[in-house]
Amino acid sequence: MSDINPSFAVYSGLKSSGIDFVASVPCINLQYLLKLIDADPEIVHVPVTREEEGVGLCAGAWMGGKRPALLMQNSGLGNSINALASLDFLYGIPLLMIISHRGCEGELIVGQMPMGRLTPMLLDSMEIPRFSPSPVEAEASVARAWGVAATKKKPVAMLLDLQFWKGA
Amino acid sequence: MKRMEAISEVAAAAEKALIVCNIGFPSRELYAAADRPENFYMLGSMGLASSIGLGLALVRPERKVIVLDGDGSVLMNLGALATIAHNALENYLLIILDNCCYGSTGSQPTCTSQRTDLALVARAAGVQQVGTVTTPEGLIDALSGHGVVVARVDPGNADVPLIDITPEHIIDRFMRSFLPFGPFKIQV
Repeated sequence: MSDINPSFAVYSGLKSSGIDFVASVPCINLQYLLKLIDADPEIVHVPVTREEEGVGLCAGAWMGGKRPALLMQNSGLGNSINALASLDFLYGIPLLMIISHRGCEGELIVGQMPMGRLTPMLLDSMEIPRFSPSPVEAEASVARAWGVAATKKKPVAMLLDLQFWKGA
Repeated sequence: MKRMEAISEVAAAAEKALIVCNIGFPSRELYAAADRPENFYMLGSMGLASSIGLGLALVRPERKVIVLDGDGSVLMNLGALATIAHNALENYLLIILDNCCYGSTGSQPTCTSQRTDLALVARAAGVQQVGTVTTPEGLIDALSGHGVVVARVDPGNADVPLIDITPEHIIDRFMRSFLPFGPFKIQV
């Protein structure tokens, strides 16, 4: 265990990347990060009903000059795949995805297991770069991930598992 | 009215408004009727025109954003109506061109051909300003408002070609039409 708060480390990474637009579908592991974002007047935060809708909102916000991030559980990746391909990849739209990775070591909910196992493979097969830092590395890793998204003009994923949110 | 007529009327009256247009024949009809840099032709991601337009309107409050969507596409992303209601933007207008069918895939009927009324759905989602129009005049009147307008149009597509500009060109000129430094300078 480190002294770094994992939610604050991710938030610091968003700030140093200049992220100023966030769409979100909540996960229990994102609750503190969402509070930090809500309290930040420099970030426009839009809760959405489904992750794919968030991909659309983030694309529109980027066209409008913002730097967008989408916060979600990995289940939401499945809800977003067509939009990531036929909107973000098609037009060259950057997107930083902050994904709470459920269904891995320590998971108590059986329904999370299938998608949890498949998530890294789905990202790899879509050629979406993924980053899974420790909390100590997270601020720099988020900034690096946004840099990749902005220069390659594509979605990237921070894939953060249960151990990460426990501060390991 | 025909959908092509509705789209042409909107484009002619849009002035500097940004238009986000639905996948398939609606974008092809808009491209043929009135191509302009302020048009974003959505070539994939069925269902997301309303959401792309909402994201844009949220961060560009000084610009009017008009979304030309369809009944099938709105039915695919109904949750967006709640998000639109929740944000209640005065610079955002969603026009649902309702022809009661999936016009680009062979005119299979949608639920609006039977009991579903998307104006009522929008109202129930919490959108304050909701209208239904059946004529070009009614549609033009509605353009000065915000919220959601259901425009009843006939089934059928105009005989228009495919869009022959690239996605990169569509988004590049779209962003340059309203961003002071264009799409690339401000992003990195």
